[in-house]
Amino acid sequence: MLDEIFTASVFAATIRLATPYLFAALGEMYAQRSGLLNLGVDGIMLVGSFAGFYQVYQGGSLLEGVIAAMFVGALMGLAMAFISVTLKAEQGISGIGLYLFGLGMSELLFQSLLGTPRTVSGFPDIYIPGLSDIQFLGIGQIFFQHNLLVYVAFALVPISAFILNKTPFGLNIRAVGQMPAAADAMGVSVSRVRYITSTIGGAMAGLAGASLSIALIGAYQQNLTSGMGFIAVALVYFGAWRPYGVMAGALLFSFVNALQLQINVIGFDIPTEFTVMAPPIITILALVITSKSKEKPTELTKPFERGT
Amino acid sequence: MKARFLTLLVLVAALVIGMVIPAAAQDEIFRVAVVAPSATDDLAFSQSMYDALVAIRDEMGEDAFQFDFQDGTFVVDDAAVALRDWASSGEYDLIIAHGSQFGSVVEELAPDFPEVSFAWGTDVNTFGLDNVFAYTAAAEEGGYINGALAAEMTESGVIGVVGPIEVGDAKAYVDGFVAGAAATNPDVEVNVVYIQSFSDITLATEAANTHVENGSDILTGTAQMVVGPIAVALDDGIPWFGTQTSQAELAAESGMVFQVYDWVPMLNDIMAQIDEGVLGGTSYTITLENEGLVMEISEFAGMEDDAVEELQAKIDELTEGIVSGDIVIFPEEDMEATEESSD
Repeated sequence: MLDEIFTASVFAATIRLATPYLFAALGEMYAQRSGLLNLGVDGIMLVGSFAGFYQVYQGGSLLEGVIAAMFVGALMGLAMAFISVTLKAEQGISGIGLYLFGLGMSELLFQSLLGTPRTVSGFPDIYIPGLSDIQFLGIGQIFFQHNLLVYVAFALVPISAFILNKTPFGLNIRAVGQMPAAADAMGVSVSRVRYITSTIGGAMAGLAGASLSIALIGAYQQNLTSGMGFIAVALVYFGAWRPYGVMAGALLFSFVNALQLQINVIGFDIPTEFTVMAPPIITILALVITSKSKEKPTELTKPFERGT
Repeated sequence: MKARFLTLLVLVAALVIGMVIPAAAQDEIFRVAVVAPSATDDLAFSQSMYDALVAIRDEMGEDAFQFDFQDGTFVVDDAAVALRDWASSGEYDLIIAHGSQFGSVVEELAPDFPEVSFAWGTDVNTFGLDNVFAYTAAAEEGGYINGALAAEMTESGVIGVVGPIEVGDAKAYVDGFVAGAAATNPDVEVNVVYIQSFSDITLATEAANTHVENGSDILTGTAQMVVGPIAVALDDGIPWFGTQTSQAELAAESGMVFQVYDWVPMLNDIMAQIDEGVLGGTSYTITLENEGLVMEISEFAGMEDDAVEELQAKIDELTEGIVSGDIVIFPEEDMEATEESSD
């Protein structure tokens, strides 16, 4: 029975499903490490997913779709920075506002420009020569038969860890999130860093949206994300603000989802309600366990005022 | 003095006439308000009602029929506010709560507005109220036909079903599909997944992928999140059977047969009853027999004329069997088994 449940395709589905979470949560991690909480990730994902989809639907290349998604995402991230950093608005509320804007805007654009759900040919799977054929434990299928955005998402994990931990820019981000006054005294522009991280976060949320509409699904319908952006925000907490932790959270959440689908498909006698409840329950438990993380930016959600 | 009195009288009369004439004019227009859980272009449940209202408006003309449609109102509390506002306004001849989750709201609201007619579905319960119509779809009928056709078509012997939540017409369709496949070929394996969401397209997409990876070479599903599974069917070049509305254009060459809900005859009957002063008390079920359910072969599937004719003949044969009662979708022993398991 176990070999029917824990198949290579379940683990491959885990990798696939983790991709949008990974893009969005890694981007949000940059923002949060600098002290900015953006609850509007889901709204940015929605607009990004539409922008990417529409670009491809209109005959643009998949790369152009990605660029369009990241561009509108970056703009929304910039708007969030302006509201939170320059105007010093309450971050939680402005994030919800950004989400509602994204929800409404994506709906408006969908109604005006598409009118009905559509499909496109999304990113094809790329079989890595030599590696995709590895039969042992299904490694080839699990890791090396995915679309380009899956590889990019997982490549961003070590890249993000390197940027955060090994570069001056990463040091500035952490300093601004932990001790903005000290960073300011050392000549680091707190506002500039937060603008940059918010814009990066927005671009990656836009990319997360595109990874749904022009890769994972290859179609667009209203509210395509179904709240995935909020899960991504939770995954940053789950991952204790560390790239590898975020990846672990995205994989765990996606694994439980993939597993419950497999269990239901093969007709294993567990109530579907129970298996569907499992992902959020595991997430909540993990959040409780990781809530005391030392990496939590102490200045998260607090606007910086010089001299205070 | 007399002149002043006459002037005042004329003014009052003009005011009264001014108020009465527009009301009378309004009475000539049949006005409907609808609240629905998803978008009007969801290629599923909400769109089926929207399309029906558009068809009626096109037929009657805007000077005789108008409607307001509040879509995307999945939250029952939000729907309750809209329904109460419409009922209080007195501007509508019929208020439709298009979603089985709205039943409790209608039950609570309708007694407060005995002069307003309500309709809700999918369900058959009018709550014993004289101003409530109920409606549902015998979705298991088209489900049975689709299941029978899919069982004949499958080469792998495995068919995948993506369902939302195990309730209402979604459950009826899925159960009918399973029954149709089993009656046609008992060896065919029909794998059913309910993703417990009407809107999670990503999860529905992955459910379809899981089906394909477990050997399914035909897919079907119901509710608005089927956009994802349809994209999977298209991507993998496998047939798709649908329900609620025609998804033929979206499914393109993968689309096979669609059970389409046509609410027009039912709505026309409700409107006729309201015109006669009957505000509710009737429960409707759209079926193949009363042509509220229509089986449509996709025009985008690219099938040869002969194949289309053959498929149509099978659909006609199955439809006739269901309508005549020769085909019993849920034989008694299955019903009992279902009841026992639900206990």
